[in-house]
Amino acid sequence: MSEGQNILVAAKVTRRFGGLVAVNEVDFTIPEGSIVSLIGPNGAGKTTFFNVLLGIIDPTGGTVEFRGRQMIARPRRIGLESLVWVAPSVVIVLAALALGSTGILSGGGIAVAGVAAIGFLIGTLLLAIVRPLWYQKLLLRLGIFRSARPNDMVQAGVARTFQNIRLFKNMTAVENVLIGMHTQMHSSLLDGFFSTRRARREEDLSDRRAQELLTVVGLHGIGNELAKNLPYGDQRRLEIARALAAKPRLLLLDEPAAGMNPRETLDLTKLISKLRSELGLTVLLIEHDMKVVMGISDRVTVLDAGRKIAEGTPEEVRRDPRVIEAYLGTPAA
Amino acid sequence: MTAPAAAADAPPSRSLSGDSARALTQLGIVAAALIVAFLVLGPEQFINALTLGAIYALVAIGYTMVYGIIELINFAHGDVFMVGTFVSLSFLTSLGFSGAVRDPALLVVLLVAVFIFTSVVMGLVGVLIERSAYRPLRNAPRLAPLITAIGVSFILQNIVQIFYGPFQTNAPQIFPTDAFFEVGNVKIPILSFFIIAVAVGLMLGLQLFIGRTRMGRAMRSTALDRDAAALMGVNINRTIAITFFIGSALAGAAGVVYGLQYGVTRFDLGFQAGLKAFTAAVLGGIGNTVGAALGGFIIGFIEVAAVAFGYGRWGPAVVFGVLVIVLVFRPAGLLGQQVGERA
Amino acid sequence: MSVVQDVPAPGGSRGFRMRIGTLSARHRSWTIIIGMAIVAAVLPTLALVPPFSSFQNQASWIDGFTNAGVFVLLALGLNLVVGVAGLLDLGYAAFFAIGAYAYAYAASPFGNEILGIDVAALLGDAKGLIFWPMLIIGALVAATFGILLGAPTLRLRGDYLAIVTLGFGEIVPIVFLNADDLTNGTNGIGGVFRPYLPGVGSFTAIDPWPYYLTMIGLITIVMIFCYRLAESRIGRAWEAIREDELAAAANGINTVTTKLLAFALGASTAGIAGVFNAAKLTVVSPDQFGFVVSFTVLAMVVLGGMGNFWGVAVGAFVIYTINNVVLKTLNQFFDTLGIPILEDIDFIGLQFLLYGIALVGMMLLRPEGLFPNSRRKRELHAEVTQPGEDEMTLPEVTEEGGR
Repeated sequence: MSEGQNILVAAKVTRRFGGLVAVNEVDFTIPEGSIVSLIGPNGAGKTTFFNVLLGIIDPTGGTVEFRGRQMIARPRRIGLESLVWVAPSVVIVLAALALGSTGILSGGGIAVAGVAAIGFLIGTLLLAIVRPLWYQKLLLRLGIFRSARPNDMVQAGVARTFQNIRLFKNMTAVENVLIGMHTQMHSSLLDGFFSTRRARREEDLSDRRAQELLTVVGLHGIGNELAKNLPYGDQRRLEIARALAAKPRLLLLDEPAAGMNPRETLDLTKLISKLRSELGLTVLLIEHDMKVVMGISDRVTVLDAGRKIAEGTPEEVRRDPRVIEAYLGTPAA
Repeated sequence: MTAPAAAADAPPSRSLSGDSARALTQLGIVAAALIVAFLVLGPEQFINALTLGAIYALVAIGYTMVYGIIELINFAHGDVFMVGTFVSLSFLTSLGFSGAVRDPALLVVLLVAVFIFTSVVMGLVGVLIERSAYRPLRNAPRLAPLITAIGVSFILQNIVQIFYGPFQTNAPQIFPTDAFFEVGNVKIPILSFFIIAVAVGLMLGLQLFIGRTRMGRAMRSTALDRDAAALMGVNINRTIAITFFIGSALAGAAGVVYGLQYGVTRFDLGFQAGLKAFTAAVLGGIGNTVGAALGGFIIGFIEVAAVAFGYGRWGPAVVFGVLVIVLVFRPAGLLGQQVGERA
Repeated sequence: MSVVQDVPAPGGSRGFRMRIGTLSARHRSWTIIIGMAIVAAVLPTLALVPPFSSFQNQASWIDGFTNAGVFVLLALGLNLVVGVAGLLDLGYAAFFAIGAYAYAYAASPFGNEILGIDVAALLGDAKGLIFWPMLIIGALVAATFGILLGAPTLRLRGDYLAIVTLGFGEIVPIVFLNADDLTNGTNGIGGVFRPYLPGVGSFTAIDPWPYYLTMIGLITIVMIFCYRLAESRIGRAWEAIREDELAAAANGINTVTTKLLAFALGASTAGIAGVFNAAKLTVVSPDQFGFVVSFTVLAMVVLGGMGNFWGVAVGAFVIYTINNVVLKTLNQFFDTLGIPILEDIDFIGLQFLLYGIALVGMMLLRPEGLFPNSRRKRELHAEVTQPGEDEMTLPEVTEEGGR
């Protein structure tokens, strides 16, 4: 992916709840390496749109592509998947019965077939749970599409922070970051069981990397503090460190400046800039704090009542009459 | 990028005629199911199923109300029902009654007395349990009140076992079980009609209460959004206590009914009966009292059908199987609402 | 966790405990092996000492310890599910039953006939050899059922999962009870082979030591695995899920497979316990696997200290001993004393009342159990911090079948 391409392309994303249309055919692209913001009054649909992007809820319409791959869309032919699961077993049973009635297969053979059918059923069930890549490709070929879940998005390279800080409060800072690293670590169950050298090496490396990430966000030295004992500003940073641990390409920050004083806000903007300049991250920001939005964004998108009403540079958006109207007054300069 | 000119939202997906149509189809389905059941089971078993279903319905309502308001599966509720059977039988035996009472006036008085007594006592027991075991844990992680509920269940069972022993205890069937309506060559026990009438009456009374009274509104609003209700001035603790009272009182009434119908009870009645009643509540849509009633009757039919077709021993397994299937494929139950989708 | 506290340890007993904790964390497996070896040696010795020696002879004591060990295994497995991963399983006995019946099918005349094999003919007097591979096969069979049950149900919310597992726990014994042709119904399957070890021969009902030592070995192995898992990447994922499932998913954890893994591993431990139990009792019948068993194991996990494997093991042992020894003794004691009211109380019957009271009391006063995992203690006594529905504008719902 070269500079200037879009890392995320959302096309006509729609989400209905019964009669209410929370997100109404929103087109949204994020150029790689940029910092974009999504703003709008409360109830504009930002959160819902955000949730769709992250795989928390399925859209009612539209698609989201990430790095060229369709991740999110309305599920297609989900019911068919159940058929795929039982098909092999049913085929075996029917074949066995047919062969048995013509006398080719003995009673013992039918029993074996029965066991094989059960085995296949369990196998397909496991497939459905684990969902290896080839299985997903097979489903796609059959026209079955299941929208990505939050953990799939993380796997693909999208990480996020929460509006209300959802750290694991009773774990230490380092442990929180290690959780963030989950997708980057590869020790399996057996590695865990037998405490293999590979597992132990990975743990050591991960510890070190976790400490480094803490340093990157400015939290050096507090690794063993419980997350809930950290001051508010540090908690926000920790959440960002945790998100960074997943080696994302796109970072979604949900109101990261909420509750911060002006100095903390300034530090935060510096940190976000650093993330883009030093780590090459693309950042999507949902924010109400206009200083942050206007100060750091390459581009601002405005939602109101589920629709995009304006998009452009901070300057353009600030002067847009529709935006002013939607917000009932000019944003703080 | 400009938005399309006409920002027309979709019209509300329901219209009045849509609602009525849906209600009519639902009623039609129920009627059809009843007719099929009648034909399959025959009149006597049909009435049996209704009677058993009525008992389950009364217990299921308690489960669903409590879950609706504090999102707790009250494991002890089945045992409240069981204690109700013992309370009613001890009330009757201590007054000196051990068999059918033939004098209609006396019978009526006794029935009213035992129903009121048992319901009130069990209602108070329910409130006591809520206050001492569940209220302190209202904000604890979900595991804690669940475990406590199991503990309470065991406590109740064992207290009863201490007083009445582990064996079957006889309950005075003061309502004559040999009085029948004869229709053609079919004999329907009058007791069954009485039970069904009582159950339906109680359920209707409950619906009126929930729908029309201030406390009923308080209960509904607390179930929907506790914080908002509190902000509106609803006394949450009192509302929850009353919910428990009503649910447990209904279970107590079910206990009276059970004693009248079956004449025996045991300390461990509550466990399986409770589980089946909970299945009924889930089947009907947890949090929905009409659903609980509906579910109760359905479970009653399933169980009687299983016995009628010779699969009595498998009865419980079938019911629990229903529970698992419902929770897996349609956790909202029959009348529950599909509240949005979760990826 | 591999991250070791390098904050200077406080003094006094808390410091001592922390130092022990750190030391044992660093050399987990050895700690367990040594600890279990000490236990294995101490218990039979205690049995020779008054007042224990006057109660019953050493052989009976050791036999009792072995039986307690079955519950220790069960408690360890359930701890993985309930204590570490936070999934409430109320039907754990079902997997215990599945393991036991699996062994019965492989290792009894009745079972062999159903399966169409003849182990006795194959192995002759050493037919008990089948016990050892069956420990693993039984675990796998139980794990399979764990996956079959868990796959559709683990996305349900906690309470619903509890009920579903409860229902499953009821269904399994009923199936074993009623499928007479396949399972011999109420009579159960008898004639189950005792284990056979070359050099030792077939285990017997008279000599308690082979069973005892086997159980010690099993507990040691299972405990090592449990600790290793809990301290690995998977264990971290379980804890994250338990604390905040949404945040866990938002960090890339596949909550479905991770929960399923906990469930399957818990089930496999119960399977192992089932195989052993069947080989010791030489008979399996449905009444061995009722809700009482599920509940007892749950009580052991809760009271022992959810999340802490040693705590749970000790809790299981203590509770079992209380049930089977102390309460019996109290009965005898008060009978001989002739105190009027106390004499009439059946303490054994009371045990569930005591469980109930103990559980309620625990939840109200010390929900983290007697020997808690320090993190659990923090969690359970923390200020109310509702994870809440900040991200979703919808009320929290049961996870519906949109899949």
